[in-house]
Amino acid sequence: MKYIVLLKQTPDTAELPKITPEQALAGNEGVTKVMNPWDEYAVEEGIRLKERYGGETVAMSMGPEEVNEALKSALAMGCDRAVRLWDEAFEGSDVWGTALVLAKGIEKDGGADIVLTGKMSVDGNAGAVAHGVACKLGVSLLTQVAKIVEVTEETITVERLLDEGRETVVAPLPAVVSVVKEINEPRYPTFIRIRKASRAKIPVLSAADLGLSPEEVGASAAKVKWVNLEKPAPKKRQVVIIEGETPEEKAAKLLDYLMNVEKVI
Amino acid sequence: MNHYWFNEEHEMLRNVVRTFSEQEIRPKIRELDAREEFDREILQKMGEMGFLGVCIPARYGGAGMDYIALGIVSEMLEWGDTAFRETISVHVALNSLAILQWGTEEQKRRWLVPQARGEKIACYALTEPNAGSDVRGIQTRAVRQGDVYILNGEKMWITLADVADHFLVFAKTDPQAGHRGISAFLVERGAPGMKTGTIHGKLGARASNTGWIVFEDTPVPAENLLGQEGEGFKIAMSALDNGRYTVAAGATGVIRACLEESVAYAKQRTAFGQPIANFQLVQQKIALMQQRLDIATQLVYHAGWLKNQGIRNTRETSVAKWYATEAAFASANDAIQIHGAYGYSNEYNVERYLRNAKGAVIYEGTSEIHTLLQAQYALGYRKDKPLRRELPPYDPEEWTRED
Amino acid sequence: MSVLVWIDQFRGRVQPASWETLGLARTLAEDGRVVAVVIGEGVENVAQDAIAYGADAVLLYDDPLYRDFRFETYNAALKDATTSENPVLVLFPATTRGRDLSASFACTMDLGLAPDAQAVQVEEGRVVVKRPVYSGNMIATVVVETTPAVVSLRPRTAPMPEKDASRSGEVVKKGAVIDGSQVKTQVVGFEEKEAGEVSLTDARIIVSGGRGVKGPEGFEPLRELARVLGAAIGASRAAVDAGWISYDHQVGQTGKTVRPDVYIACGISGAIQHQAGMRESKIIVAINKDPEAPIFQIADYGIVDDLFKIVPALTKEARKRLGAS
Repeated sequence: MKYIVLLKQTPDTAELPKITPEQALAGNEGVTKVMNPWDEYAVEEGIRLKERYGGETVAMSMGPEEVNEALKSALAMGCDRAVRLWDEAFEGSDVWGTALVLAKGIEKDGGADIVLTGKMSVDGNAGAVAHGVACKLGVSLLTQVAKIVEVTEETITVERLLDEGRETVVAPLPAVVSVVKEINEPRYPTFIRIRKASRAKIPVLSAADLGLSPEEVGASAAKVKWVNLEKPAPKKRQVVIIEGETPEEKAAKLLDYLMNVEKVI
Repeated sequence: MNHYWFNEEHEMLRNVVRTFSEQEIRPKIRELDAREEFDREILQKMGEMGFLGVCIPARYGGAGMDYIALGIVSEMLEWGDTAFRETISVHVALNSLAILQWGTEEQKRRWLVPQARGEKIACYALTEPNAGSDVRGIQTRAVRQGDVYILNGEKMWITLADVADHFLVFAKTDPQAGHRGISAFLVERGAPGMKTGTIHGKLGARASNTGWIVFEDTPVPAENLLGQEGEGFKIAMSALDNGRYTVAAGATGVIRACLEESVAYAKQRTAFGQPIANFQLVQQKIALMQQRLDIATQLVYHAGWLKNQGIRNTRETSVAKWYATEAAFASANDAIQIHGAYGYSNEYNVERYLRNAKGAVIYEGTSEIHTLLQAQYALGYRKDKPLRRELPPYDPEEWTRED
Repeated sequence: MSVLVWIDQFRGRVQPASWETLGLARTLAEDGRVVAVVIGEGVENVAQDAIAYGADAVLLYDDPLYRDFRFETYNAALKDATTSENPVLVLFPATTRGRDLSASFACTMDLGLAPDAQAVQVEEGRVVVKRPVYSGNMIATVVVETTPAVVSLRPRTAPMPEKDASRSGEVVKKGAVIDGSQVKTQVVGFEEKEAGEVSLTDARIIVSGGRGVKGPEGFEPLRELARVLGAAIGASRAAVDAGWISYDHQVGQTGKTVRPDVYIACGISGAIQHQAGMRESKIIVAINKDPEAPIFQIADYGIVDDLFKIVPALTKEARKRLGAS
């Protein structure tokens, strides 16, 4: 079996509020970047699949050199190797452009039985890369996956987390699986793996390597264009402090406001 | 963190240890500290990840990283809590590195390998009820009888006394010979006549385990003598060069935590209609923390670099330890002041930082001892003579060799 | 122009955000047609409800093939609907299923996707969307360059339209549009979530606890209040990290982003990271002993008192006013 984990390097969540629209639009957020937290679960699951069924787990990401940090984190956790996909032509790709590059990357690497990725990225928030890659590869798509129950030569059985409950689904391989946090607890890298991963040389594949022409990817191919970015307008709020002699009095006054003034209850 | 001391491996290590502290230590620490509880689960995870053999060569079961990495681990663990850095200080710096430096190949196989793998926990038993700074005043006796030494005596303020499996014990083999009469022994828990206990009621580092050890006619096989008979004082002091380095690095982590939390709080907390970060007397305290952090970082990692090069660093380590621990205490004090009444309660971390930081200006050489040491170096009254066995310099090939 | 709206139903139960989406479509379509797409098995009543909530017509794909949500079958139905209606916009509620289906459908049809929109406009035939990015720390304005555009609409963004059972509209029965034997994905089991738990992202009222609840048992009075109000339980990271409540309750930077009508923050100091997940709530109520807690700076109503006194009092009073529940 072969597993490919798709991951993204994103700003550290603690630093997200510090990023300005100008920085974000320029593609240089100027803050610490880490592996997209949602993707850590995908990496962990990719390693667990290898431990359960044998095979190889490959970490893959589209992005400039700085992305190597996230790929090295994946290596430190236990991925066997890493591949980076980058070309100036990829810049400005929308989610489908990104999905196309990743799909080509997977094919170039000899394909995979299971492609794993996190639910979404903490910066783009589209949560559609898995859908795009499955579509471009023409393979099964399984989303909201909270458990991989079984993998056979031909099929994968998973539990999906719905708003209404848990659903068990069987789909043919190959499959793209997007995982949710409930699926596992990502491991810490061991120090030995950190030492080795920090020295890893990660190969880069360009548009030409992937057989992509510049028109197919990047800003020109994007079907969605970002035209503006702004900080959400802070809501003007003036707090009304509710006074009263007893908790009961305060509770009653609050409910008066919520039910009769704001009409929200 | 961009700094010429650090390479990519160090950066990755720093991030991982920070995350570990953030996810494993910080959520639990208030309660562990309040209950004076040592958390073996965290210790177990540290062992599995490689904390306990961070700078031990791979062929002795370690992670094969360098001495700078030992500093980073100490710094970012103490950024979580002092208790866990103390574990690194005694297990890695004071015990394991002493075996790496002074031990025979057989001793390394027997003691160092399981320690580096985290299968056995090690500690360092030097101080006694009546001998702290005054090392030559220790009273524990070791008397050779055939192929064993018989140990009698009491050790006090021993970190991990109730947790460790392996003990590096200092005892007098020749009570008439002053510091030349001290020898070092590797002792395993369960040795006949050996008892340990925990001391409660410490001001800080309450989630650490500190205790006592009593030896009553405890036989120790002669092959467990570390170094030569009478070499114990040098072993103890050379081990302190490593222990103090981790204490200094850990103190840097305290300063870092004080600075980060003070900055966050000062921006969030408002008084007189504006964030308190706007007030210059608050800014002064923050500026001082930044200054202390930068100085401590320089001193600590310079000492780490010297260790990597195999250059004797007793003086540099002493000054790093002296400065960083005092700076940590001062920073914690300032951080509480910035946090106001909240800082005085355990709602925030800073009161714990103050309590924790106080210990480190006392152990592994009080500030007074380090003051005198520096004076003696400066006045030319003290010079470090080469040791029979020096701490081996970091050789990446040698350290990462796996056979 | 016409707007297509997919109605998210599960075993006949409709996610209310579907009706909000229908309401927005009604506004956007102006004089044009709003066509609801209902896919499922035995969901004719859903089609009727869609009319009552504002659809001019419903394309009803009602067949055992559609009993379970599967990308292959649902995409096929949507493709059929899009081909026959030729809409400017295909709208989905940004529910879990809605986001999944809109993404898969858009890619299958090679269309531009704008997920999780909080404002949608049609300007000279082009669809312009405002959507939160950077985990709610920024708002992006995006232009979808394809027709139709595929957009999913954040729950609680558009007002819930009035249900008008007297409205009439055409229900076009379409049935299966794909050979079921070709569909390889099979749903083989389903385990319903325990009743009584209101999902955080959908909730109109959230009662949320932080460090001030002091322990797992401290959430009990909050749960009591939530039961009476029909609210979901939220938590700050501090409470989750301490292990007092499971992660799926976490609101904030690293948890869920919510925007209920009322967010009742109990013993939550209101760190910036927490605010990122709840500051867009319509009304924020803060109950905290510390009058200086930052939560009061973003709250509409505040009670400076012990939550263990106020919350039970609220429960009692609400029970009295809302009737026994």
